[in-house]
Amino acid sequence: MLLDDDADWLALCRELLSALPSQPEIFTATTAKRALALLETESVRLLVCDLKMPRMDGLQLLSIVRRRFPDVRTVVLSGLDDEGFRSRAYALGVDLFWPKIEMQRDAKQFNDCLESLLGREGETGFRGVQSKSLMDLIQMECLARSSTVLRIQRGPLVAKLWIQDGELLDAELDGVRGEAALQRTLAWQTGSFENFPPEPERERTIHRPINALLLESAQSFDETSQLVAGESADAEESAQHRRTMWKLSQLTRESAEFVIAIPASGRGEPDALGTQNAAEFSQWATHAEKISRQLGERLGAGPLAHLAGSGLERKIVLMPRGEKIFLTGWPTDADDRLAEKTKKISAAWDF
Amino acid sequence: MGFLKNIFRRAAAVQSLPAGSLTVDRHGAIVTCTVSSAYPATLLVAIGHEIMVLLREARAAQLPLTEISLHFGSLHITARELRGGAVIFLLPQTAQSAAPNPPRP
Repeated sequence: MLLDDDADWLALCRELLSALPSQPEIFTATTAKRALALLETESVRLLVCDLKMPRMDGLQLLSIVRRRFPDVRTVVLSGLDDEGFRSRAYALGVDLFWPKIEMQRDAKQFNDCLESLLGREGETGFRGVQSKSLMDLIQMECLARSSTVLRIQRGPLVAKLWIQDGELLDAELDGVRGEAALQRTLAWQTGSFENFPPEPERERTIHRPINALLLESAQSFDETSQLVAGESADAEESAQHRRTMWKLSQLTRESAEFVIAIPASGRGEPDALGTQNAAEFSQWATHAEKISRQLGERLGAGPLAHLAGSGLERKIVLMPRGEKIFLTGWPTDADDRLAEKTKKISAAWDF
Repeated sequence: MGFLKNIFRRAAAVQSLPAGSLTVDRHGAIVTCTVSSAYPATLLVAIGHEIMVLLREARAAQLPLTEISLHFGSLHITARELRGGAVIFLLPQTAQSAAPNPPRP
């Protein structure tokens, strides 16, 4: 189903999608309300929707669709090519975000992605949120001799891996390419990933077999963890010291006053740096996150991205990230990009 | 058989997001409100109440705040302490919004 308030654009998309090899039946809607009514009555597998629409916009519609029609795959096709909207859309659980301008530029790739999304429905197998280590994920893609581009995101950090016929061609992270980028990416413990169509013409920078690279990386992790878990008290203390120094360096780099990482489950001790009031702050943060989350659910406003506060003594940001809640404190003259900075600190916290 | 769909089709229940502002007293009771009267009053009361709880508990935790902003996927709630109560701004984050994270007022 296509949803867009621009009838001309709908007609154009309809024409484009009618060229898909699977020849899907295409429904169109110009309002979110009409789209919801169609979803109730028709068997819709894929929803392609715009973000900018009058009355109810795409983000609100998507949060309803994810809740009420969890089997429907969702694609956002938007004129707003903004990383903020992209991450908001992905936070709502959409399968794909595609800027309209890129779709016009490369309609074939867009069609390939849609065909792939539609095709997966018919295949045997399961769909859901994968919770695997990055090594498992890469190994699976390579063993299946897949051809794909894996886009892996950990907070503000984005890495890409080019896999062709089960061979890893290239990796890129933060401007770094090749094995160095792969090793840095493999160190990530958490994150999310997307599959994009393959790019067989990508220049090859990795020549060693993937199994050798993964083995090397695993050995290096084992050595590190053995050092941490080793019987030697000195070695453990040294590892602990290194971790604390790393966290302090993150704190200083972003000019934060304090950071507290609190287990969202409520079990376990908060990990705090830069404050003596960790227990009181953690208690407030846990309760504040719970109240805010429940309020958001009641209002149908979507998940809580963050809570920002300011007072005469400091500014704060509370941000749920995975299994932890991060509370950061900042001086009163800090700029307004505190949520972004908190995201960076949380992404690097368990690095 | 398609006519049956027309007869039994259910209207999609959609609750629009609140837009406007409200002021609440120290107990969270609404004093003034510019949000559409079509929006359920119980939800507005809940917003006022939870905001006051957040501010009060922050003060108790040695983290006094004069302003608080809740950023949800599709709604921003900004509250500023006002004579013991608070003034609360409700800003739906539609795609028409200027930026995903608008600067503080």
